Amino acid sequence: MKNKFLRWLDGDVDLMEHVLDTAEVPDHTRDEIKTREEEEEKLLIERYRELGQKSFYTVYHVVAIISCVLLIGVLLFTVARLPEYGHENPRTVEVVSRYVEKGLEETGAINIVSGMILDYRAFDTLGESHVLFTALICVMILLRIDKKNMRTDYEDYYTIKQDAYFDTSQDTIMRKVGMVLMPCIFLFGIYVLLNGQNSPGGGFSGGAIMGAALILFTASFGFEKVDEFFTLKLSVVITFVSLAFYSFAKGYVFFTGANGLENGIPKGIPGAILSGGLILPLDIAVGLVVACTMFGFYSLFKRGSIGGA
Amino acid sequence: MEIIKNIPLFTIVLSLFSGVLCFMLKGKAAKRYTVCYEGVLIILVSLVLYYTLRTRSSFTYVMGEFPAPWGNEIRAGVLEALIALAFLIIMFSSVIGGYRFILTDMDESKVNLYYTLVNLMTAALMALVWTNDIFTGYVFLEILTLTSCGILIVREIGRTTLAAVRYMILNLLGSGLFLLGVVLLYDLTGHLLMVPMQQTITELARDPKIVPVLTMAIGIITIGLCIKSGLFPFHFWMPDTYGWASPTSAAILSSLVSKAYIFLLIKIYYRVVGSWVMQAMPIRDILFVLGIGGIIIGSVQAMHANNLNRMVAFSSAAQVGYIFMGLGLGGHYGYTAAIFHILAHAVTKSMLFLTTPRLAAVSDESLLFSNLQGSGLRDRHAGIFFTVGALSMIGIPVFAGFSSKIQFGIAAISTHSDWRMIIVMLALAVSSMLNALYFIRFIIRIYTQKDENDRTVPMGRKSVPSYLVSMGLLTAGNLMLGLFSGVIVNLIRQGLGMFG
Repeated sequence: MKNKFLRWLDGDVDLMEHVLDTAEVPDHTRDEIKTREEEEEKLLIERYRELGQKSFYTVYHVVAIISCVLLIGVLLFTVARLPEYGHENPRTVEVVSRYVEKGLEETGAINIVSGMILDYRAFDTLGESHVLFTALICVMILLRIDKKNMRTDYEDYYTIKQDAYFDTSQDTIMRKVGMVLMPCIFLFGIYVLLNGQNSPGGGFSGGAIMGAALILFTASFGFEKVDEFFTLKLSVVITFVSLAFYSFAKGYVFFTGANGLENGIPKGIPGAILSGGLILPLDIAVGLVVACTMFGFYSLFKRGSIGGA
Repeated sequence: MEIIKNIPLFTIVLSLFSGVLCFMLKGKAAKRYTVCYEGVLIILVSLVLYYTLRTRSSFTYVMGEFPAPWGNEIRAGVLEALIALAFLIIMFSSVIGGYRFILTDMDESKVNLYYTLVNLMTAALMALVWTNDIFTGYVFLEILTLTSCGILIVREIGRTTLAAVRYMILNLLGSGLFLLGVVLLYDLTGHLLMVPMQQTITELARDPKIVPVLTMAIGIITIGLCIKSGLFPFHFWMPDTYGWASPTSAAILSSLVSKAYIFLLIKIYYRVVGSWVMQAMPIRDILFVLGIGGIIIGSVQAMHANNLNRMVAFSSAAQVGYIFMGLGLGGHYGYTAAIFHILAHAVTKSMLFLTTPRLAAVSDESLLFSNLQGSGLRDRHAGIFFTVGALSMIGIPVFAGFSSKIQFGIAAISTHSDWRMIIVMLALAVSSMLNALYFIRFIIRIYTQKDENDRTVPMGRKSVPSYLVSMGLLTAGNLMLGLFSGVIVNLIRQGLGMFG
């Protein structure tokens, strides 16, 4: 029996971590994983019993509940002490009043929200439009089928049967309804997209509606029909062109604005489709990205690829 | 207006564009492009640093045609430029040094997506450093959260996904709390830009009815960012996250992402709350206590770990504790020490995380201590660089860790309360000793052979030049922080002077 210090020096310290460290889930077939997981679970349960982990979980739940209740209490206390609504001092309404009073004149947009997010605070929205793109990339890394995460053993009898059961594209009712609804939804999406500067709507909402229309189309006619016109390459190109346009257009406006130059973008007549300066083109760019992303999510979750590639 | 003033905007927009461009490119081209454009960014940002030093002043840059309280703004001073430059250099080194690891961990068809995420992350880091608007801070914090989860899951093995899910949940909790705090502050002040916000807060802080709400708002923001940066007791996600991530990702996450959150917190304390209001709040003392707790607990847990990556990750928890101890000490000296330690730790940790997988590669792909015996002899380059990093962590003179411990000592002496000074000194002594214990035991282990004739384990591959360049850059940075700490400290002081 070596003494304790020497054992520590050799890295033989045997605490909980050791079990957790070696509990790696390897890249093997399902059965192997299953038996291995079962073994590890047994091992872990034994370990937990040894170290009295059961009581740990009781304590864990109690502490979780107490901290949640505390947080709720503190937040309610805070909200109760906020200044009353309507009781404003002139400093706190300085920003808002300018948005409301001069928004139309300065941005050319009837929809003040559009004017705010795409003109006054356009830099935030530049970031926000890339958030969705980032999410798409994360989902692609996780779900797109490649050599590493392809599991051939999933192609078993039950999976195929299940897939056929959930495949709606053979359903007559679905097809007929989809045929009627899809163009209407798509048109409505375009309408919302193009009227972002004049009425509630804009890039994000319009794009979401268009994406939903594409998803409905896929659900009623199957991926084969969509793959004919919507490929991975097209989706990549649309996303690239839209976001690059967004970055450069806004970069140009920031640059001219900060350097005191004229940007030469006409504001147009408020209320017309072509008004609000850059708001309309930016809305279209965002809308295209959102539509591609929505459909991309659906496609990745459903079959692990976009456009069959 | 000088052309240099446009550079901060350019760094953000170019990084965003590069992210989208890498989506189009193939893996290898994406990597080459990323290396080139980050090189360009490093040159540009050093120009900004030079410019702000020469003019001895900071400048704000209006984003668009609407000025201060209505439109967005970014701001550049000595401190921002210094931090941005350090972040870019470390990002650059991690990218060129970690390419091999990415290739082994990812399928070839997805490598370009990794660089897409890295570029978007660079954009978020730059925006967080330059921003002069708290809501812009939130937006890019979200991008940083998403991209960090993204670069974590690239390994696609069970444990990594598990770690990523946990990391994501805790990070979203942090973002949510941060957003709540921002909403409360906006409700109180009606502003989102930092300068008008601070003016209003200074007025409001005189009203005893508002003070609790203000404290709550700032407290929630602090908790949110503490969870995200891994301060004790929120450090439990660290070992799994850093231990199971792909090495490049671990280097980036530990040295850049968690530090960016801390820098944002410092920015909020200085530029939104203001040092005058901050002095009166109890938050400082809590941070001080948690920082000390993190130092001790992190070191003790690192001693117990028998997996190399977990040990390095727990030591990260201790180092984050140091930084928050600096914030808890407060005052110019405390913040200087904290910011210096951000740089020192970022340089050192990225180096450690890039060397550990190579040590594992010559030890049957295992990171357990018992298997790593003699690995420093089998892969000499990795052994040397690991030793440099470890010595810096312990705080041996010449390396960065030593200078930052001196800075903490100075900060402790210059506080007015004696018990704080005693506690800090004790914590420094105890943690240095613990650091030395667990790192030196490991250095001895990798340089001793169990059996002289044991040649069953293969020797390491030859280092590719890019790996040596990356390690050389990080070592140079480490030595620079260690040997010329006076210059850096001077820069940080100047920057903090412009900050307030």
